Amino acid sequence: MSTSRTPLPKPVDNGTPAASIELTSKEEEERFALSQYQLMWRKFIRSRTAIIGGIFVLLLYLGALFANFIAPYLGDQRFLDYIYAPPQIVKYDPSFGLYIYETERKFNIETLATSYITNKEKKIPVKLFVKGESYQLMGIIETDIHLFGTTEKNVGVFLLGTDRQGRDMFSRIMLGSQMSLTIGLVGVFMSLIIGSILGVTSGYFGGIIDEVMQRTIEMIRSFPSIPLWMALSAALPQHWPPERVYFAITIILSFIGWTWLARQLRGKVLSIREEEYVTASHLAGASHSWIIFRHLIPAVFGHIIVVTTLAMPGMILAESALSFLNLGLRPPLISWGVLLQEAQNLETLRHYPWLLLPAAFISIAVLSFNFFGDGLRDSADPYSR
Amino acid sequence: MGAFIIRRLLGMIPTLFLVSVLTFIILQLPPGDFMTSLQALAASSGSSADQATMDNLRRQYGLDQPIYIQYFKWIGGFFQGDFGYSFEWKRPVSELIMGRLGMTMLLSLISLIIMWIVAIPIGIYSATHQYSFGDNLLTFLGFLGLSVPDFLLGLVYMFVGIFVFGVSVTGLNSSEMEKAPWSFAKFLDTVNHLLWPAIILGVGGMAQLIRIMRSSLLEILGQQYITTARAKGLKEKVVVNKYAVRVAINPLISVMGMQLPNLVNGATVLGIVLSLPTTGPMFVRALTSQDMFLAGTFLLFLCLILMLGNLLADIALAWVDPRIRYE
Repeated sequence: MSTSRTPLPKPVDNGTPAASIELTSKEEEERFALSQYQLMWRKFIRSRTAIIGGIFVLLLYLGALFANFIAPYLGDQRFLDYIYAPPQIVKYDPSFGLYIYETERKFNIETLATSYITNKEKKIPVKLFVKGESYQLMGIIETDIHLFGTTEKNVGVFLLGTDRQGRDMFSRIMLGSQMSLTIGLVGVFMSLIIGSILGVTSGYFGGIIDEVMQRTIEMIRSFPSIPLWMALSAALPQHWPPERVYFAITIILSFIGWTWLARQLRGKVLSIREEEYVTASHLAGASHSWIIFRHLIPAVFGHIIVVTTLAMPGMILAESALSFLNLGLRPPLISWGVLLQEAQNLETLRHYPWLLLPAAFISIAVLSFNFFGDGLRDSADPYSR
Repeated sequence: MGAFIIRRLLGMIPTLFLVSVLTFIILQLPPGDFMTSLQALAASSGSSADQATMDNLRRQYGLDQPIYIQYFKWIGGFFQGDFGYSFEWKRPVSELIMGRLGMTMLLSLISLIIMWIVAIPIGIYSATHQYSFGDNLLTFLGFLGLSVPDFLLGLVYMFVGIFVFGVSVTGLNSSEMEKAPWSFAKFLDTVNHLLWPAIILGVGGMAQLIRIMRSSLLEILGQQYITTARAKGLKEKVVVNKYAVRVAINPLISVMGMQLPNLVNGATVLGIVLSLPTTGPMFVRALTSQDMFLAGTFLLFLCLILMLGNLLADIALAWVDPRIRYE
């Protein structure tokens, strides 16, 4: 062994300017002063895909919240002159403003198919904040202002085309997002409550409670989820009102969802239970519920959020698959899965391919949740690296 | 090893018993029974089935007995290979399900093989070319593959097959081959009708495997024995393929058990979309018509397949990784 040490290799440039190398110790010091959540945030914003995913998730939910306002028409509003109208492109002309070309319907006697011809002579103005059918914004504010629309009667603007009954696909997709995105959220929320209570108690108390809980989870988890969901939703009576079906489906989705969460949290709690601060609290005479709610739940909270986010895509996919197979939500409720029921028929799909568009929204939602959740998972443990 | 397998097999019995109870309870949930849905059907077509006939049928099938007796009758039959009677098909359940279950298993198996064949080389490429353009592209495609539901891919596949290539893609055979006797051409036709669904089924799992392979290989490549191997002057190809990949594959085997349920789920839904003779279409029909013994047996057997699959995955893991075997 030689005594002369080779100089350490220069730190690889990883995006930070060279000057910051000397500041490392100061930065380190600053890092120690940060709270756990500040550290998480710092780590999270470093991941570009997670941010993009997060922004998309936010946009989707904002869209769902203001769906009635953004959608130019109501979900069941029919334009009888525009059955299966193709998507229109909104154009802009500085002297005229936003406009679309007029479309004329042609009916082919031989093939019985409807087709539309664009008439480039006539421009129809598209205005912002136009008066339309009245609705309740967020279920409370009664208004009839829509983000955009046409001012002429019986002439509509259809960004994503119309369906079999001449209903605007864009409006229906916007309104459908309310169902598709909340059903996952409510489903996850319910699994969260059941899963965290059962998972944390099971991990904390151990013994017979843990044993029973683990057997139950094992039993539910030995079912393949889609067939089990199918069996459960087939049990919903046909005559139930839509709202009740909606809640029943969320319960069905969380029937399997909670097991996953409970398993994960149990593992976490098992390791935290042995920590010294829990023992200290115990010795100081704290009750079980105090320890669970003051120490354990806050300690695993970050983990809960991650697991919840990562469970969302599965819920969204499950809802759309079930609705697509006529086992989930049913019309008049609108969800992305329900909208896809129209795309089941190949012949219709061939002539009117825009009926498949809700699928793109499902994929975008799932993709953004995956990216977002992935970033959250990496930042949930800010002390690593 | 033998003791481990026997212990696991014995451990499956109580779970399977509980699963069968839960299955039976779920299938009892809808109000009424097969006879009521038969009556509703008769009423909608104009004819009416009289109460006496219905009651007779109920008695014949044992539907008038208390639920727990019905359950024990059903589960008792399992030991003699009798899974009950399908009301709708008017045949014993055992005759109906075997082909369907076999098809689900075959489809999942083909899919699993394709997944591995595709995912491992891509994973190796991604790990050895970390953050390169190819790696980033493949990572993005992987996320995309995870996000597009398989029933949608099935729809798109059907659409492209029929309208772009003009070939029928649904079912197990094209219409002109349906009635033909078995020949090499028909065999090829069947392979063609199974291969694409299997690929579609595997897309999600493939994406998952690529990601796991990538991160696992990256971790292994950072270990000291790899540095040693490199220092000895071994070729990079040997270091990666002989030293790193063999160890990096282990996590793939351990997720196999978790991927099986997804394959079964996918095979069910895809079977419905592409009208393949898997469990899917018949299961859904049985559910909606309350043909409960058929639906119940399907559900129970799917669980059994999953449990056995998990066991096989565990055995495979113990087989390739001595660290687990001798613990």
